[in-house]
Amino acid sequence: MATVVIPAQLRKLTGGKDRVSATGRNVGKLIEDLERQFPGFHEQLLQDGDVKPSIAVSIDGEMGTGGVLEPVREDSEVFFLPALGGG
Amino acid sequence: MAASANGQGYKVIGTRPIRHDGVDKVTGRAKYGADFSFPGMLFGKVLRSPYAHANIKSIKTEKALAMPGVKAVITSADLPEIADKMEQAGEQAVNMAQLSANILARDKVLYDGHAVAVVAATSPHIAEEALRLIEVDYEVLPPVMSVEAAMEPGAPILLPRLRNKEEGPDKQTNVATHLQFKRGDLNEGFKSADYVVEREFKTAMVHQGYIEPHNAVGIYNADGHATIYCSTQGSFLVRSLSSAVLGIPEGNLKVVPAEIGGGFGGKTTIYLEPLSVLLSKKTGHPVKLTMSRAEVLRATGPTSGSTIRCKMGCSKDGKLVAAQVWMAYEAGGFPGSPVGAGAMTIIAPYNIPNMLIDAYDVVVNRPKTAAYRAPGATNAAMASETVIDELADKCGIDPCDFRIMNGAKEGTPQTAGPPYRRIGFIETVEAIKNSPHYKSKLEGPNRGRGVASGFWFNVGLQSSSIVNIHTDGTASVVIGSVDIGGTRAAQAMIAAEVLGLDANDVRPLVTDTDSIGHTDVTGGSRTAFATGWATYEAAQDVVRQLKERAAKLWEKKPEEIAFNNGQFSAQGDGIKPMTVKEMAGRLARTGGPVSGRATVNARGVGPAFATCAVDVQVDPDTGKVDILRATIAQDVGTAIHPSYVEGQMQGGTAQGIGWALNEEYFYDEKGVLRNSGLLDYRMPTCLDLPRIETCIVEVPTPGHPLGIRGVGEVSIIPPPAAVANAIAHAIGVRMTELPMSPPRVLKAILSKRGTAETQAAAAGR
Repeated sequence: MATVVIPAQLRKLTGGKDRVSATGRNVGKLIEDLERQFPGFHEQLLQDGDVKPSIAVSIDGEMGTGGVLEPVREDSEVFFLPALGGG
Repeated sequence: MAASANGQGYKVIGTRPIRHDGVDKVTGRAKYGADFSFPGMLFGKVLRSPYAHANIKSIKTEKALAMPGVKAVITSADLPEIADKMEQAGEQAVNMAQLSANILARDKVLYDGHAVAVVAATSPHIAEEALRLIEVDYEVLPPVMSVEAAMEPGAPILLPRLRNKEEGPDKQTNVATHLQFKRGDLNEGFKSADYVVEREFKTAMVHQGYIEPHNAVGIYNADGHATIYCSTQGSFLVRSLSSAVLGIPEGNLKVVPAEIGGGFGGKTTIYLEPLSVLLSKKTGHPVKLTMSRAEVLRATGPTSGSTIRCKMGCSKDGKLVAAQVWMAYEAGGFPGSPVGAGAMTIIAPYNIPNMLIDAYDVVVNRPKTAAYRAPGATNAAMASETVIDELADKCGIDPCDFRIMNGAKEGTPQTAGPPYRRIGFIETVEAIKNSPHYKSKLEGPNRGRGVASGFWFNVGLQSSSIVNIHTDGTASVVIGSVDIGGTRAAQAMIAAEVLGLDANDVRPLVTDTDSIGHTDVTGGSRTAFATGWATYEAAQDVVRQLKERAAKLWEKKPEEIAFNNGQFSAQGDGIKPMTVKEMAGRLARTGGPVSGRATVNARGVGPAFATCAVDVQVDPDTGKVDILRATIAQDVGTAIHPSYVEGQMQGGTAQGIGWALNEEYFYDEKGVLRNSGLLDYRMPTCLDLPRIETCIVEVPTPGHPLGIRGVGEVSIIPPPAAVANAIAHAIGVRMTELPMSPPRVLKAILSKRGTAETQAAAAGR
């Protein structure tokens, strides 16, 4: 199972846990599993069927570009972060 | 001075050819947005709010419309209503309803200079005169000018529909977002500290200060298609945002990027572009709009002012153990300050096991902020790098050694959690420590030296590139990335490197949105990294195709053709190696023209670090600070064109020094901007700055074919804190507010003198 590192403000959904395990071959499936375990993730992370524009996903230290289609490995470490722009 | 770690044997990369766009620019032939003119063109002018905060009760345009020469007047009523939610627009997450309301105010004006109506007329003078005939009935409201005022209970509310998750759906608020980052046990961390420093910092709202004002020419055709000529950092972004604001399909808009006279992040949004199209649609004529300097300062993207409380602790031997930060950034009239980036950069250069960062995005009656070179990070570093310096002083450790001791390296967790890959932070500190500047002695009264560092993420995103081979063996590179700081030269050099050509044999061309695949903005320090990657791949595509042609010529299989040192070769009697130039003359007989193409959605971006040393002299009678010497070290991965890289490093440092010493928006008690010109908004000139020395550090980005990191932003981050630290070492006063202008520095000096005299008097009693 992948390890999902929970941002500080979503830890209320996981009972305070900062890391949880979840399964899914991509980010979309992973969020589905998070939602099953800890209801509320769907609303926090998804909009119109994809990852919210304001959120970025880091998988194994690399920023994903594929939204819900971004592949996740069984031993991946996944972070949800605020999305950024530059100047 | 270069501390190269890449060890690559490049022939073109790392050299300094004359820029491809240089002749057009120095001879005045380069066309900027305001240079475009078309038959029958009209001129637009924007009516702007004289109030910082007011309800619009009514707008009457009849008198203006009746004026001879006036062809159209538009207000927000002419723009479609858009859903109030975040959407992806190119590479940005944008609330389109708020974007639209920033371009033309709907029911409220939210800052001095907020656009209210637009006139198109046969001359700019008639358009300007007609603005006086537009009658706007305002209900003036109290302005909210600071984050503190905006966060007060009972503060006037700017956006009645704004809510945040914490305060819930029933509570009106000026706080758009609260972000939090947490690691370890903060209390235990501070308990274990021998030294703790805590200070509150304030930084002023400042402008990007691009010399060329915003402009746009819109041409709407009867078939529903439109073309926009404008000054922008991202033609595809202008297309997608304008499409959303106007309700026109993206495919019906073509954006032609003009030469750009500076952007620094401020041209990664839209203001005039959709208005030019809308006016053109109404009148049937091309319409040009250009801003004055006052309009630029009053109504286009400054970056946030901020309040930051920063507390850090370390052990006696200088090991950082805990950090706590509270930060609130002015978003302007609509949400979207770079406070998230500020939060994720403020302690990013360091490995600190225990931390808590709370960050607030707060709306105030100031212009909607836009990106500015490493948005949010300079404010943040002013706070953290001052506190770091003070801790180093308390420990009696050299500030460079303190940073090296605590510096982030490969595997260190970033603020948001993911570990760094190979980075070059410590190398930048070492470059400063070993620089002639840092090794020199600084002597004399009221002189001091300061050091500070900075981190910026850099971004990847999408780019496209086409490399064409011409029959004479020269090539062209066609890209969609606007050239702000050397894009053309860098792309030409990358293609030349791959193809074994001279840099001057490759002509770079920046084209419009119909002529190249999607390309995100020139911003986020992404262009050399991502567009450079696309160009590298497009040139490799050319090599693949030329191998096929060589195989035809030599009656071989393509896989039997080698390409090394710019020459195609194969085993066999009588086969003489051929260069790309020699191959080019044979294309017609071997299958026709060769054109290489590539697109990337670039991954594996390498973050950037910079460290800066500054020497200052403070006049104790006036508070004026003179910069005696400044050196910037930056990890750039691979320097494609070192002169351009040095230019970016020097430019960022110069802007950081301006931010440190003089730049500031002055609003009066009514919220009206009082320094909307460059005589009063004081940017540094060449007379204010010494030659800025540079140390190029090259720690290649893993995974990138050329090891490139972005270079455009990070150098702006350290200078304000470096200057503040230098002032502290010069006169023993810790400055905590930007800008550190003469009145503020003098006040701090007098306050210190007053305290010393009071203490002396008390001791005398």
